[in-house]
Formats: sequence, C-alpha cells, structure tokens
Amino acid sequence: MSLQVENLRVYYRTLRGYVRALEGATFSVADGEIMGLAGESGCGKTTLGHSLIYLRPPMHLIEGRVFLDGQELPIGDMEKMREFRFRKISIIPQYAMNALNPTRKIGKMIAELLASRGVDFRDILPELKRRLDLVQLSPQVLGMYPIELSGGMKQRTVMVLSTLLNPSLLIADEITSALDVSTQKAVCEMLVEFRDRGFVQSTLIITHDISILYQIADTILVMYAGQLAEKAPTEVMFENPRHPYTKMLIASLPKVGVKYQEERLQGIPGAPPQLLNPPAGCRFRERCPVALGRCVEEPPFLEVGPGHLVACWREGGRC
Amino acid sequence: MLSLERVTKVYRVGAFGLRRLTAVRDVSLQIGEQEIVSLIGESGSGKSTIGKMILRLTPITSGTIRFEGVDISTLKGPALKEYYRKVQGVFQDPFASYNPIFKADRIFAMIREEFFPGLEARAWKEKLEEALRAVGLNPPDVLNKFPHQLSGGQLQRFLVARALLLDIRLLVADEIISMLDASTRIDVLNLLAELRSRGLSILFITHDLSLGYYISEQAVILYRGTVVEMGSTGRVYEDPRHPYTRMLMASVPRLDRKWGALDMSLQRQATEEGEGCVYYSRCPSPGKACGVSSPPLVKVADDHWVACFRSSEV
Repeated sequence: MSLQVENLRVYYRTLRGYVRALEGATFSVADGEIMGLAGESGCGKTTLGHSLIYLRPPMHLIEGRVFLDGQELPIGDMEKMREFRFRKISIIPQYAMNALNPTRKIGKMIAELLASRGVDFRDILPELKRRLDLVQLSPQVLGMYPIELSGGMKQRTVMVLSTLLNPSLLIADEITSALDVSTQKAVCEMLVEFRDRGFVQSTLIITHDISILYQIADTILVMYAGQLAEKAPTEVMFENPRHPYTKMLIASLPKVGVKYQEERLQGIPGAPPQLLNPPAGCRFRERCPVALGRCVEEPPFLEVGPGHLVACWREGGRC
Repeated sequence: MLSLERVTKVYRVGAFGLRRLTAVRDVSLQIGEQEIVSLIGESGSGKSTIGKMILRLTPITSGTIRFEGVDISTLKGPALKEYYRKVQGVFQDPFASYNPIFKADRIFAMIREEFFPGLEARAWKEKLEEALRAVGLNPPDVLNKFPHQLSGGQLQRFLVARALLLDIRLLVADEIISMLDASTRIDVLNLLAELRSRGLSILFITHDLSLGYYISEQAVILYRGTVVEMGSTGRVYEDPRHPYTRMLMASVPRLDRKWGALDMSLQRQATEEGEGCVYYSRCPSPGKACGVSSPPLVKVADDHWVACFRSSEV
C-alpha cells in the first residue's frame, strides 16, 4: 500500500465558522495505481489533493492520518513536511502553465529548485534531458524563458520537473483542463508512461472531466460536497455505478453518437449544499431521487464488491 | 438567414502591431432558420473571432456577413440597434459577464432602458418572469441577488434569458457550457435545443466534440482560421475525411471507447504562414501539392465539404 488516508477531515477556517470541505476521507492508493479524483467544482477534490502536500491556512486539519509507504506524513506541520515535498510527494498544480518563474530561464529555475533540496543539478542533468526527450521537448528549453514556450510545452516541462526526484506520490490537479484535445491526449499518455517507467509510484489525478479518467485511470473516486461518494475500478464505475450521484452524473455526460433528437439526456436538478453549515447526513440527499429517512445519518463508506466502495444507505449500508 | 462570405480577419500583433496574424481566413458558411450550427476548433482556431465578428464586436478585414440579406457592416444607429434586437451573444465565463458591484438583475434593467423604454412596470415584470421561466429559473429565487449569490449555471441562464427578452432570431453561444459543472451543463444544452424549437437559430461555438454532436445538425471544423471540413453533423462525425478531423475524433476522450494507439504528432505546431495547406506541417500524409497551394473546400458527398487534396484517398 503506497498511500493510505485515514479519516482525513480538513475544514477551512473563516470568520463565519468552518467550511466543511472534506469530511472523513478514508481510502488507499496502491503502488503503480493511477487514481482519478472526480467531482463538481467545490466538492473538495482539490482540498483533498492539497491537504496531502501543502496544508496551509485557512485550511485546517481537524483529524486524520496519512501514510505513505508505511511512514506517517506530518501533513499538519508545514515545516516537517518540507523534507517530503518534491522528494516523496510532488504536485503538478492546476495552473501549471503559470507555475514557472517568468524571470528565470527554465534550466536555472530547475537548478535552484534542486539546490534547495540538496541535489546537484549537474548530476541529474543527463536524466533530465532523457526525460525532456520523452515528453518530446528538446534540451534547448532549459535555456529558454517560460514565455517562449506554448501552454502545452510549459505543462510538459512542469510534468518533468515535478517528477524529477521520482516521488512516491504525484498529485496532478486539473492538468488537462486548459489544453486542446490533441495536447490533452498526449499529456495524459505521458502520465501513464511516467507511471509505467516507475518515475512515480502512485498518481492522483484530480479532474472534473470524467471521460479523461475513463481513458487513463485505474480506479476512480467520486466526491460530492466534501464527502466520498464512491470508489471503484474504472470499468466497474462506468458499467455498474452504485451511488445515485455517480449514476446520474455518468448518465448526464454527452457522448459522441448521442443526439438530442434521439436521446435526451437529463441533468441533476438542484445544486450542492453550502459547506459552511452543511446538512447532517448524506449531502446528496436533497437532490437524490431515492433518498430514505435513514439518509439524515451519514452513510458509511462500505465495500460492495472487490475494490468497490459506496457511501449510500441503499447500497453498502443495509438498514 | 445569416451568411458569411469569404470572411477574413487579420489582427495586428507584436510590438507596434508590426506582425500580422490571420485569425480567420476565407470562411464562408450559412446558418439557416431554426438551425443549430456547431463551430468546432481548438484554441486559436478563430472560432471566437467569428462569433465576435457576427456580433460586430470586432471589424471584418475582408468579406461580408449578411443577416437576412443585409450586410451588417453597413448598419449604423437605429438599424444597428434593430440588429441587436435580433442577434445576441452569450459568452464563456458567466462570472466575468457581470459587474460584481451591482445586482445581477442590472443586465435586465439595461435591456429595458435601451430597448423598451415605454413599457409599463407590470408588463415588463411579466415579460421578465416569462423569460426567466423559459430558461428554467424560478423568478423569486433568482431576482434581486448579487452575482456571487448565484451559481454559474444560474448566471449563464440569466444571460440567455436576457437575450430572450429581445425577439432574437440568432444566438451566438460562445463556449457557454465549458465553465459549468457536468451535472448542470446538460440542462443548459437542453435549453438551447428547446429554444431552437421556439424558432431560434444558434451558432454553437465549442471545443467539445461530443457537445457539438449532441445538439447540432451542422458542424464546421476550423483549424487555424480555415474551415477544413463542414457538413451535416452525422457525416462529419461518422465519416471524417480531413486528417485534422480524424485526429480530433481520435483524441477526444470518449466514454465508450478507449484511446487507440494513434501516433501523437505533438510536433511543431508551425507558426509560419506559408502558402500551402494550413495543416501541412502536422499532416501525417502530406502530398506534393499540399505544401504549395491551399486546398479548396470541395464537396465530397451530400452536405459534406472537405478542404483536402487527398480526401478521396484517405
């Protein structure tokens, strides 16, 4: 087990109280597994991703433990986390295109970053060039400023940079959302390639685009309003979703081959609840077509099949 | 109803506007009554520029856009206002379309001031509520609120309702779905289709092929400002003839099929503006003629045009 998260609860501290962005997340990601984290905006997927690497105020760790390769991560302690960041856990941020320092040449920036971790740039340069080659970038980019690269090239540069020290866990936060479909595909395939070559052990891909996950993820975790809704292997998730939210979400996606005149897709009526004072119990209850009286209690996240966990009273938690 | 004839747009870019960038090159297309036309392309393909030119937000360099037979670049004063009564646009980012200092209803008040100054308060209220209901909103829930109190989907529908207050005939919908969450985007899409049945034509600008397929009869594929393929949606999607369209179709993440082992030519997205085919530098099988002259849009089947010299071979 590469990554284990136990009962992780992270709130945002605001003047009006806690925004309950992440409630009791418990899951694990195996070695070599690419796990997709999907959900609507504001469902807590980015909070979950960031709390594993950079839990800064106003984020506030309420409880929970995280283990990486059997070692506990001090995620609540910014200073102690420093030695894990970049070496053991790394992130490709949401706006990777803007993550590069505009006043430094890319090679210099990488050298400075490595120096801050006590690694000599010259030792790692051959490997760096090999990896740039792998993502179809010429070593010349090291002598260029970020402004000279296109969005897709910057994205690939950051991918190489983030994984340079072979982290055990890579968090990729919405890395494809600003890219064209053809570049999107190439970037996704590179992520898989990085995993296959062992540059990274486990990968957590955060995205709102479930169709991307269908292409590259091994397992998918769907979140709704701060709670985990369902986790399943990719094929199972699409063929046999169990949580009502997942079912409706997958059914609402337009596919090539579906026309309005022939098959009218349905959205999910309503909106997610406010997380400042969220209702008790299952937070999907208000929009759920099959809600029970029992749903005012929070449903447990239980296994209903091999590797398939669901938080719904109708499914796992039998009354 | 609306036709574009050999429309070209050249932007001046770079220091002092010395460099020229052809954003749209020789584009001709038609939008008929009650028709939804998808304009599909990647970023930088000129799809938004076409929308802006139709809305007269940016001038045309050459070519003409005709709306019901009238060249829109000649419209001035009252005639232009009359044009905006019939043609309206909704844009990508609903949050950026509002002034956060004022209540969201302000967009309606401005329409009233500009277009219906003589209308009584009661009649106006009825008209407004009808438009809001038409886009699936409950007026008491959404009126009198600030933009931050409404969700992205609600704001986007507000903008569509604003357009509906006028007797519009054509809606330019520029990526209006992309900022919305999966669970609400399909509702906005269905809304567009319903509006069509009420007599509206829609130019649906998108980069998402599956959305284009779901909603439109006609699809136009743009690549670097040039139409590379157009025709009925079914033909373009099921039998793509242009290598670019094929590449697009193969790289769209789909739910029913995994990505095949397509060779990803991430190679140089050429920036030089040569004589030949726009897709020459990325094309997997370019011919000799392709580097010399640009291929014309040729009819390959009923309601299906392709701009490729080798369309019959591939």
